[in-house]
Amino acid sequence: MMLSSFFQFLFSGITVGATYALAALGFTLIYNASNVINFAQGEFIMLGGMLAVYFAQMGFPLPVALVLGIVLPALVGICMEKFAIEPVKGADTVSLIIITIGASLVIRGLIQVWLGKSTFTLPPFSGDTPIQILGATLLPQSLWVLAITAVLVFALWYFFSRTLTGKAMLATSFNRTAAELVGINTDWVLFLSFAMSAGLGAIGGILITPITMTSYDVGILLGLKGFVAAVVGGLGNGLGAVLGGLLVGVLEAMGAGYISSAYKDAIPFVLILLILFFMPRGLFGGKSTDRV
Amino acid sequence: MQKNAYLGLGLLIVVLIALPFVLPNSYYTDLAIKIAINAIIVIGLNLLIGFAGQISLGHAGFIGIGAYASAVLPAHFGLHPAIAMAVGALTAAVIAGVVAKPIFKLKGNYLAMATLGLGIILNIVLRNEAQWTGGPDGMSVEALSLFGFELSSDKQWYWVVAALLAFSVWASLNIIDSPFGRALRALHGSEVASQVVGVNVVRYKVSIFVLSAVFASFMGSITAHYVGFVTPNIADFFHSIELVTMVVIGGMASIFGSIVGAVLLTALPQALATFEGWETVVFGCVLMLCMIFLPKGLVPTLSAKLGKGD
Repeated sequence: MMLSSFFQFLFSGITVGATYALAALGFTLIYNASNVINFAQGEFIMLGGMLAVYFAQMGFPLPVALVLGIVLPALVGICMEKFAIEPVKGADTVSLIIITIGASLVIRGLIQVWLGKSTFTLPPFSGDTPIQILGATLLPQSLWVLAITAVLVFALWYFFSRTLTGKAMLATSFNRTAAELVGINTDWVLFLSFAMSAGLGAIGGILITPITMTSYDVGILLGLKGFVAAVVGGLGNGLGAVLGGLLVGVLEAMGAGYISSAYKDAIPFVLILLILFFMPRGLFGGKSTDRV
Repeated sequence: MQKNAYLGLGLLIVVLIALPFVLPNSYYTDLAIKIAINAIIVIGLNLLIGFAGQISLGHAGFIGIGAYASAVLPAHFGLHPAIAMAVGALTAAVIAGVVAKPIFKLKGNYLAMATLGLGIILNIVLRNEAQWTGGPDGMSVEALSLFGFELSSDKQWYWVVAALLAFSVWASLNIIDSPFGRALRALHGSEVASQVVGVNVVRYKVSIFVLSAVFASFMGSITAHYVGFVTPNIADFFHSIELVTMVVIGGMASIFGSIVGAVLLTALPQALATFEGWETVVFGCVLMLCMIFLPKGLVPTLSAKLGKGD
């Protein structure tokens, strides 16, 4: 039936889109704190999934494995900030892009050497009996993905609008010098952004692993699509990043279903070119002016 | 052209002429050819990144256009390789021009995104249109013959590529010193200021992007004919990154730096190939360490240390 397949594509699109949204939020956090586009964001998604699988297979209980799969990537993010980004503060865009690409190669290479090139998966968090909704099937894991993403988005909103640390991070993204003048420790902000963004990426990677599986090289495309989502939402705009992620996920699933599954991976990039041509600030981005 | 630039060009030509008599076997000749090909592409890319201050993360896409034009057009349509090469370069120029115009009104990260997207789309097309391109397995390419003379041995290819490299260096040094080059450097310094003194910023950026895309496409064709086989890997994201890295490690805005970058990063993966898996790690470390400790790149840093008077 026509409508049921539409809902099927919509569900799978929103599920994958939630992962893109978390990745896009990661890009946004780091971009706001430091103007760096972190090309290693995708590797945090991969690390989350791969480490959770590794610890689960080592015999750790699933919740412990999941927590390790979030905490360790966050530590990697912190190390990356400490040893690769902080020493070159104020370098130009091109150099920063290269450094994060270097970091992504190191992370991907180490995982490849350590865990090999095979594909891994996690058991779904609560069984795999599909739920029938509107003639389409929905995996319980999809509900986990959506629920946890929603909770995270709400938590982030609370963090940025209701806590002092969150407001300090926002202030730094508006004007770094001014933030320093009023006594905000902007180095700490940068530090925190990397930890949070790596953690968010890792959570996305863990949540999606039972559905799409994972391997050492899934980070490249997931990360780039997260970047697309962040730009679609207007780089630096948190809510835009979430909407951008969902939009990219849904369009990709619709495109794969109705147009061509072979060109599925091209769809986000066609979308981004169209948006940059016609709405250069992204769908949800504000106007910006240049300071001379 | 400055005196130093002439000296450098002279030295390069001497090295290029001497090299075949020093290289011990065909493995090294092959490596030298690959280095020279990369060097030419990197010089073109450096005009864009180093002199105009714009980044392209999809340059391998243009190499792919050239390579596949040279593979597909003679095989499926019976075109002469030289015409195929020209069609490839023209296609790359048109795509670069059409894409660049709206994109160059943006800057920095958005341009990185747009070029990256373009490169990935081209790569996916090459993988999927298997009836034309052979899909992920690739396809073989006809030998290149000019004026009834077929290029086949490594030595012949070496001389062709070496001549092209010397010519590219000479041409680029001239471009940098022309009014066009000065306008480019001006807009890298300050776009607003150069607009004020009458530089048409968008037009200059588009021209240099198109020029570097043509460099890439042409060398893509040369690579395809030299190797005799093309796969979509030639157009993938990682290849684009390698090229940008060669520019940055050698030194942005340094033509001779581009050659050094191409030498190092073409030879390094070959040297590391024996350490299965570790080559990615080492490659990544080299990138980060270079950027952290030599942010200006090797050649500008070293020449600043050696001759403070220049």
